[in-house]
Amino acid sequence: MVGLHKSEFKNPVINWIDTRLPLFTMMSKEYGVFPTPKNFNYFWNFGALAMVNLVIMIVTGIVLAMNYDPNTGNAFESVERIMRDVNYGWLLRYVHANGASMFFIVVYIHIFRGLYYGSYKKPRELLWMIGVVILLLMMATGFMGYVLPWGQMSYWGATVITNLFSAIPVVGDSIVTLLWGGFSVDNPTLNRFFSLHYLLPFVIVGVVFLHIVALHITGSNNPLGIEPKDKQDTLPFHPYYTIKDSVGICVYLMVFAVLVFFAPGFFGDPANWTPANPLVTPAAIVPEWYFLPFYAILRAVPDKLGGVLMMFGAIAVLFVLPWLDTSPVRSAKFRPIYRLLFWVLIVCCFVLGAVGAHHPEGIWVILGRVCTAYYFLHFLVLLPLLGKFEKTLPLPESISQAVLPAAAE
Amino acid sequence: MNIKRFAILGAVFGALLLPATFSAASAEEEISLPKQDWSFSGPFGSYDKASAQRGFQIYKEVCSACHSMKLGYYRELAGIGLSEAQIKAVAAEQTFPTIGDDGQPAERPGTPADHFHSPFPNDKAARAANNGALPPDQTLLTNAREGGADYIYALLTGYEDAPAGVKLGDGMNYNKYFPGHQIGMAAPLSDDRVEYADGTKATLKQEAHDVATFLAYMSNPELETRKRLGLRILMFLAALTCVTYAVKRQIWSDVHH
Ligand code: HEC
Ligand code: HEM
Repeated sequence: MVGLHKSEFKNPVINWIDTRLPLFTMMSKEYGVFPTPKNFNYFWNFGALAMVNLVIMIVTGIVLAMNYDPNTGNAFESVERIMRDVNYGWLLRYVHANGASMFFIVVYIHIFRGLYYGSYKKPRELLWMIGVVILLLMMATGFMGYVLPWGQMSYWGATVITNLFSAIPVVGDSIVTLLWGGFSVDNPTLNRFFSLHYLLPFVIVGVVFLHIVALHITGSNNPLGIEPKDKQDTLPFHPYYTIKDSVGICVYLMVFAVLVFFAPGFFGDPANWTPANPLVTPAAIVPEWYFLPFYAILRAVPDKLGGVLMMFGAIAVLFVLPWLDTSPVRSAKFRPIYRLLFWVLIVCCFVLGAVGAHHPEGIWVILGRVCTAYYFLHFLVLLPLLGKFEKTLPLPESISQAVLPAAAE
Repeated sequence: MNIKRFAILGAVFGALLLPATFSAASAEEEISLPKQDWSFSGPFGSYDKASAQRGFQIYKEVCSACHSMKLGYYRELAGIGLSEAQIKAVAAEQTFPTIGDDGQPAERPGTPADHFHSPFPNDKAARAANNGALPPDQTLLTNAREGGADYIYALLTGYEDAPAGVKLGDGMNYNKYFPGHQIGMAAPLSDDRVEYADGTKATLKQEAHDVATFLAYMSNPELETRKRLGLRILMFLAALTCVTYAVKRQIWSDVHH
């Protein structure tokens, strides 16, 4: 009887299983009684939303893959057959295509929530870094998925983005050949992108699991950015946050439904309704909207290698952010200057998005450079200095202390 | 509180910047398209079947001489109100290659399950017959152009004499709305280009409107089902949201937060 688990469940069947494989105890501990700060606002829904979104992508993706043909001669047509011949195939495809956009909206809000409330700070550095890994995996997955329907933008987007790797000194050209599986974007490229597009979401599932494990070691941050002190400050996850997350999921599904049923082409590019043609370059090659800020940073630098480095650098700074921000105070609520800079950063990211969508001419070049400069200045210079010079506001004694007077008003 | 500021500012930025972000990809020489009234726009929109049928007549009598519709099926004509017998008759007007019982290549009449018959065996033949220009496949054409049906309408009604100083290439035509203005397709429509079976007066505008409606249908045959299902799902979700929110209020009523 060495390792048997002492289960507290009354139901004999559950107890029998739980004694041998304590899944029920684990679920109850991590999602039932798990102590959670009681002062979350609705921005704390977005983690759960991302999880729901990931499941939706995997389910729709697997069914799409049953009908999709990863061959350059058939891919476009097979997607159109999904739209016309497969029962509710249009629904599957529009949910999957718009689901990618929803996923990035949700995850970007999730990330900026973390930035605003300082959720990346000790002891949650690793949790944050795992999150950045998820973002990178999502980007790779989204990029390769967009290539699959083999429209004009699929083909030319793939060509432009894979070509970026050729800027890497010495090994660049070999990497590009490896990505292509040949000497141009062609059938082998489509085959390997399909294979990887199927694989990576499951890698994401694994990394999300680590993200959650790390979260349940440190516990959640909260809008005040101070740790819960005692039972007064927390609530059991269930039913309080299961129901609050359910409200969020309902609203999220409504937004998703409006997109899928009434504006399925909103985030799409008309050019991708024309089959890929290596001989005809589209008037403008534009990546999916969620890559636009990075695309803008890439083009802000006149040098190819420099641009590529800056683009990857934009994510690398997020990776080391826990050590760039030297302030001991987490929440922007108590950091007046940081709060201002946060909004400047948000504006910069939106402007970079707009810059990425336009030809790099005139005002767009200047805007792109200014905002790129601010982006790096923000993380590499301002945040390290701010920790030293900013006068932060006094922190409340505890979560319940901060919360009770407000409730009495 | 912070959440309110977040939300308000987010909404303002969204409203200001998102359209700029998403609309503008190819906006360099943006020619603004006159907007038409389409029966199928808006959340309750559906196809004007009479118009789409007239549009199909135009496709059949005019456009299909040059443009293929090779991803569409004859059976999809049911969605614009053609009966099964009518669809069978339309399909049977074309022949398709097959292998006969003797194992030799043969021909068979089309059926509703066939894709629309293409005017040319391949792109090269299409170019050869059109002075080097390729008439694009029309199945997804309204989706594949910025502006959709408005663009099709504008293009078909946008032919003019070239302004002084513009030298047209050989076999090219001047069109206000075509990017670059020189298009390899001569104006395919004009007043009374067809005689409508239902007696509608065939003005250029009417014809352009009808064929654009038909092309929009062929690009998005699922549109009516999609919007109907969408409304039902949204009503369900709205009710579910209300109930969930009420339960949430109830559960949280004993918490000071
Ligand atoms: C005589 C052959 C011919 C006929 C008939 C014809 N077209 Fe075309 N069409 C062409 C060619 C050739 C092009 C390609 C023009 C170019 O790229 O310069 C074209 C291009 C187009 C385009 C695409 C313009 C763009 O943005 O690329 C549309 C839309 C179009 N045709 C609609 C129609 C419609 C609707 C009809 C029927 C009313 C029709 N065409 C009849 C030959 C024809
Ligand atoms: C992390 C989750 C995922 C993301 C972000 C994602 C993203 C995308 C994107 C952006 C497209 C192009 C959509 C279009 O324009 O049509 C796409 C297509 C596709 N994806 Fe995914 N995907 C995910 C998961 C999956 C999974 C798990 C599978 C299969 C097991 C899958 C299978 C497919 C297939 C077959 C297509 C081509 C069909 C189509 O274009 O609609 N995806 N994906």
